[in-house]
Amino acid sequence: MDLSYSPQEQAFRSEVKTFLKDDLPPEIADKVRRGVELTKDDMDRWHSILNARGWLAQNWPKSFGGAEWNAVQRHIWEEEAAAANAPRIVPFGLSMLAPVLMKFGSEAQQNHWLPRLLDGSDWWCQGYSEPGAGSDLASLKTRAVRDGDHYVVNGQKTWTTLGQHANMIFCLVRTDPDVKQQEGISFLLIDMGTPGIEVRPIILLDGSHEVNEVWFTDVRVPVENLVGEENKGWTYAKYLLTHERTNIAGVGYSRAGLDNVKRIARSARHNGKPLIQNPHFAARMAQVEIDLSAMATTNLRIISKAAAGDAPGVEASMLKVKGTIIRQEINDLTRRAVGPYAMPFASEAVEGANDGVPDPFEAGPVAADYFNNRKLSIFGGSNEIQRGIIAKVKLGGGR
Amino acid sequence: MNFDLTEERQMLQDTLRRYLADKYSTQVRNDILDSESGFSNEIWGELAELGIIGAFFADEHGGFGGTGFDVAVVFEELGRAGVVEPLMEVLVAGRILAEAGHSLIEDVIGGGVHLAIAHGEPASRYDTDAVETQCVDGKLSGRKAVVINAEAADHFIVSARDGETTYLYLVAGDATGVTVQGYPLLAGGRAGEVTFEDAPSEALNVAAGTLDRAIDFGIVAQCAETLGAMETATALTGEYLMTRQQFGRPIGTFQALQHRMADVLIELEQARSAVINAAGNLENEARTRNMMLSAGKNLLGRAGRLVAEEAIQLHGGIAMTQEYELAHIAKRIVMADHRFGDTDFHLERFIELSTA
Repeated sequence: MDLSYSPQEQAFRSEVKTFLKDDLPPEIADKVRRGVELTKDDMDRWHSILNARGWLAQNWPKSFGGAEWNAVQRHIWEEEAAAANAPRIVPFGLSMLAPVLMKFGSEAQQNHWLPRLLDGSDWWCQGYSEPGAGSDLASLKTRAVRDGDHYVVNGQKTWTTLGQHANMIFCLVRTDPDVKQQEGISFLLIDMGTPGIEVRPIILLDGSHEVNEVWFTDVRVPVENLVGEENKGWTYAKYLLTHERTNIAGVGYSRAGLDNVKRIARSARHNGKPLIQNPHFAARMAQVEIDLSAMATTNLRIISKAAAGDAPGVEASMLKVKGTIIRQEINDLTRRAVGPYAMPFASEAVEGANDGVPDPFEAGPVAADYFNNRKLSIFGGSNEIQRGIIAKVKLGGGR
Repeated sequence: MNFDLTEERQMLQDTLRRYLADKYSTQVRNDILDSESGFSNEIWGELAELGIIGAFFADEHGGFGGTGFDVAVVFEELGRAGVVEPLMEVLVAGRILAEAGHSLIEDVIGGGVHLAIAHGEPASRYDTDAVETQCVDGKLSGRKAVVINAEAADHFIVSARDGETTYLYLVAGDATGVTVQGYPLLAGGRAGEVTFEDAPSEALNVAAGTLDRAIDFGIVAQCAETLGAMETATALTGEYLMTRQQFGRPIGTFQALQHRMADVLIELEQARSAVINAAGNLENEARTRNMMLSAGKNLLGRAGRLVAEEAIQLHGGIAMTQEYELAHIAKRIVMADHRFGDTDFHLERFIELSTA
């Protein structure tokens, strides 16, 4: 047991810091800091810079062209990237689809799709949830019927993050309606340009366009795009859910967020003194900081276990619940810190639209972020579902 | 002791609730939120015609109410419907004008005048005493922060220092030396940063503490408004829980969610009582009054946040969309914490008063 960073780990941190200082475009970091919506070009550009450094596929095995970082390296990257206001790497293709292809996909699929993920040829989104299948994902209804060399897909997916930028979607579809729900699902790769696909934006309560509805009407998908075996898709989805979730807890974001709160609290004044000296506010911050320090170690312990080959089961659920609660608490602290200046609305959507909106603490769209991040406890498997998994496994001696 | 509304107040509540249920639909309100002015002149006019502004003022000033419960009844309904029209400003600024015996008050009650209270400053946070704006020879210079309804205001009530003492002044919206940098608010409506540069003003002849007294009314109103919004959030959530099906049954039949809904309902009742305590003590002596006002604002800040967050969480994804009624209501609940002193500001004040 050793909590200190080794010389190699410290050297890695320096390397990461230098890279972020030299290669993260300042105009992109500035957008992230100010909460301005990034364009597809912004995100593609950052991915391409990372890929040139060999740091895009951070968690992929080296055999597949990845950096194969260990738990500590991932943690260091997360902390430094969040502190530098680097955009979040879009996870759907790189962190969700890729592990499934590596474990269950054919060699042909791996050889075709993985390089395209690295060089930015493909932008993937995830087709899981449906209007009637949220927490109860296994009840999904989007149907894929075999017709010669194709599957014909009909149905609707929702909450499709960044679907408006995607050219590919990986979908869970129903290929057998007559068996137990989980046993009739397949994992299908679909080209968004196929006739019959329509994408409609869903505007969130902070005014942003992050998610979409995707409609499928008689969409013909080549059978080569089935991953693994027909009707085994649920297994692959479950594998994905517990396997490669390195930043569910969002420790890096939380740490950067808390540093931001402290910075604001040093300038904001309450009864003539800096807010940071106000005992009530200081107590709130300290409580969160204490919880975060424990969470950061929990995160490292769990990722280390995963990196050693021990797939985290219920621990991933724990990270998700506690990590998102802490992140949301920090959003709440931030809105309290700026006082009345939480009330103005700075919309992410349009660059320059917010020029008149005061931001005396350079805090960004604090209230909009607070509301947008209410999604953290809902999306990605709601905290209620996660608690159910934790209890079932730990009390019921389960999987 | 009696917890029923008087007949007059019951009528006021019924009339206003009916009007808003008919007129202030989610679609109407979303259109207002997208509009340039941030509120609807038509609805403003109709609310004035219903006479609700008269509820904020006593007979002697031309109104028919003027007590804590009159204000609370009106604002609870406004909160229930998520109204963004700037009636809070007319209440607080109007109370000051009434206190000054100003001739404007008749027009204010008739709904013909838009007002704004320019008292907070960029560094003042929630302290009404932290005033740097100066008055020199009747001319005001300084900067006021997050002045709600600044763009539409026909008149500003401005706090400024003449030497060591802070006074209240009336400044015309179109006076020379007044610059407004306007912006939208997250919970609807608009505000502005207002800069005064040798702006001509009229000193208001009011006793010391008038601004604080007016804000007392604002606190009652804000608590009542938040209560109304909490009721809507709770009702929407209850309905959703029994409509939405997952795993083959309404999600409201799962015990985990039932218990949380019960907690929401308990906090709602607590909030209602806190509003009654605040409204009922508005005319009381300073220590009790201020304790109950701070208790109200603190409790509504805590309970409000809990109900808003739980309502969203219990709904799941749908509550994250702007289209759904809860989005705006949740924003009103949470942003209310930032007016007239937040949860911690009032906790501190309560501690000072209760341990004195």
